[in-house]
Amino acid sequence: MPETRPVDPDTDEIVGDDDVAPATSARVITREMVLMLVVPPVLVAIVFGIFVWWRQTAELDSVEAQQLRWSELRSLGWEHVQLTVVAALIVVAIAVPLGILLTRGKFRAASPVVIGIANAGQAAPSVGLIVLLFLWLDGGFWTAIWALSLYGILPVLRNTIVGIQGIDPTLVEAGRGLGMTSAMTLVKVELPLAVPVIMSGVRTALVLIAGTASLACFIDAGGLGEVLQTGITLFRFSLMVTGAVLIALIALLIEWLGRVLELATRPKGI
Amino acid sequence: MTQTDQAASGDISGAELRLENVVKKYPGQKTPAVESLSLTIPAGEIVAFVGPSGCGKTTSLKMINRLIEPTSGTILIDGEDIRKDSATSLRRKIGYVIQGGSLFPHMSVASNIAVVPKMLGWDGKRITKRVDELLDLVGLDPDRYRDRYPRELSGGQQQRVGVARGLAADPPVILMDEPFGAVDPITRQRLQDELISIQRELRKTIVCVTHDIDEAIKLGDRILILQEGANIAQYDTPDAILAAPANDFVHDFVGAGSSLKQLSLARVRSLELIHPTTAKIGEDTGPAVRRAEQAGDDTIVVLDDRDRPVAWPWLRQVRSHGKVQGEPRENLVTLDQAATLNDALDTMLTAAHSKVIVTGDRDKYLGVLDFETVTEHMRKTEREAQDHA
Repeated sequence: MPETRPVDPDTDEIVGDDDVAPATSARVITREMVLMLVVPPVLVAIVFGIFVWWRQTAELDSVEAQQLRWSELRSLGWEHVQLTVVAALIVVAIAVPLGILLTRGKFRAASPVVIGIANAGQAAPSVGLIVLLFLWLDGGFWTAIWALSLYGILPVLRNTIVGIQGIDPTLVEAGRGLGMTSAMTLVKVELPLAVPVIMSGVRTALVLIAGTASLACFIDAGGLGEVLQTGITLFRFSLMVTGAVLIALIALLIEWLGRVLELATRPKGI
Repeated sequence: MTQTDQAASGDISGAELRLENVVKKYPGQKTPAVESLSLTIPAGEIVAFVGPSGCGKTTSLKMINRLIEPTSGTILIDGEDIRKDSATSLRRKIGYVIQGGSLFPHMSVASNIAVVPKMLGWDGKRITKRVDELLDLVGLDPDRYRDRYPRELSGGQQQRVGVARGLAADPPVILMDEPFGAVDPITRQRLQDELISIQRELRKTIVCVTHDIDEAIKLGDRILILQEGANIAQYDTPDAILAAPANDFVHDFVGAGSSLKQLSLARVRSLELIHPTTAKIGEDTGPAVRRAEQAGDDTIVVLDDRDRPVAWPWLRQVRSHGKVQGEPRENLVTLDQAATLNDALDTMLTAAHSKVIVTGDRDKYLGVLDFETVTEHMRKTEREAQDHA
């Protein structure tokens, strides 16, 4: 390095100030993050490959063959994804605005109560929740959706509140001090800074919902739970394993999707 | 002294600020945080609010931009009641600089600075131009820094951007809340120098809250020393406060060493500078070295195309290149002409080089101050003081 300031000719010691800029880039992608992004899809592809190979070569009786038709699996898988995604969208649409509201002014006092209710909703056994709603609303896709949404609200609601409350209050005051209205402070400062925390709540909700969606078959709302259920009632080991493996693969893929979303929505600079 | 020699450059762009019987009482509190503060801050001056913690200095500051609403009393900017307009539009007309810069981490340097101009509806071109202008003013190269994010900046650079953000819409009044509290001492001194240099050019009305009496003496045209309940202990120029503390509280607060503190009143610009050999970046080395040898210098001050010092190599270092080489400007420790003799001694000590480069407006090179000149000045002041006594 060429010497840039007066140096002591004997020791060649450069004298300077301690105010050196950190040499980091705006977006941090650690090795761990790369692994988390690459490993799950690869794993899913390998396991799915093994399943396809088994499915093509195994000798199945007529019940198994009926249930494991590709067209049948495809439509059940698609139902499962629909249940998960629609429920997650409803969760976000309800929990994020509600969470924001609970960090504003006089509503702040209500936030422990609402969190308490959401906690209770989550603590209730998911089967119970689904069956309760079934008794009330009858079966079908939308009943399952409501049950799943109710079940997935807590993580998103809690993370929205925590995410917004966790922002350095001097930044909010800086926004106000520069002349932002409360709405502008929310949209330009608070929400962008809370996005990483909110999105990690969304990912948790997605995984919860994807797992719980396997119970939707009990109220006639489809999903991959059906393969598992048929396997249990007819005691077909191959069906049970198939159902379990496919549900796990979908959950893994959805968790991975959540991670991608988390990374993609993270504002630059934080 | 401070007032007259700051009047040298720049027209006043600040506005007069007046507080009349301002009271702040929080509900449930027995004694008001601010009992009754009346104060006039002349346009174009820096007033430092100092006092022990909890004396109400920050509360007083925040009432000026209505982050805290006074319980009673009036605050006038340029003769106009600040309650005439909405709080948000008032705040867009008052610069606000906070400790550590408080930059929004998810916005680039340029967007941080552009926050207020954007709210005021400036067009894109004007904002871009203004951002570059301000970055230049606070000593950051626009091309290098405008697209960076706060986390890519050092503490001092963040604070500089914070100052630029406060100045963005060219407000007549600027409020600073412990602006340089979060950086190391050397950086703090440079930032103070830069603020004084910027103020020389802009002549804003600046209210600066600090707990550091040395910072107040250095920055303030006037100092407001507050006691509990924001009662004024003394409001005067630094010279007057040091020479005649109004009461025991002020005397204790200013400190026992206040005769030594006179050192922080004397500014580098009042001393004679020496003028060693200089060279421009890109100049041939030969003639430059010859000039230096003739003058008997063993170093050369290298200036860039805007006459800003960029490097200060030894002759042997210069000789090893065909052309005079420059370096990133921020690597060179320099001193603003408004720096105090205290700062000058500090800088010389850390530079292991009993001289320091002195710069003026926009970092323009003025000359070099050496240790002998400073000690000579100190001896002279001491003699005068003795003669006086």
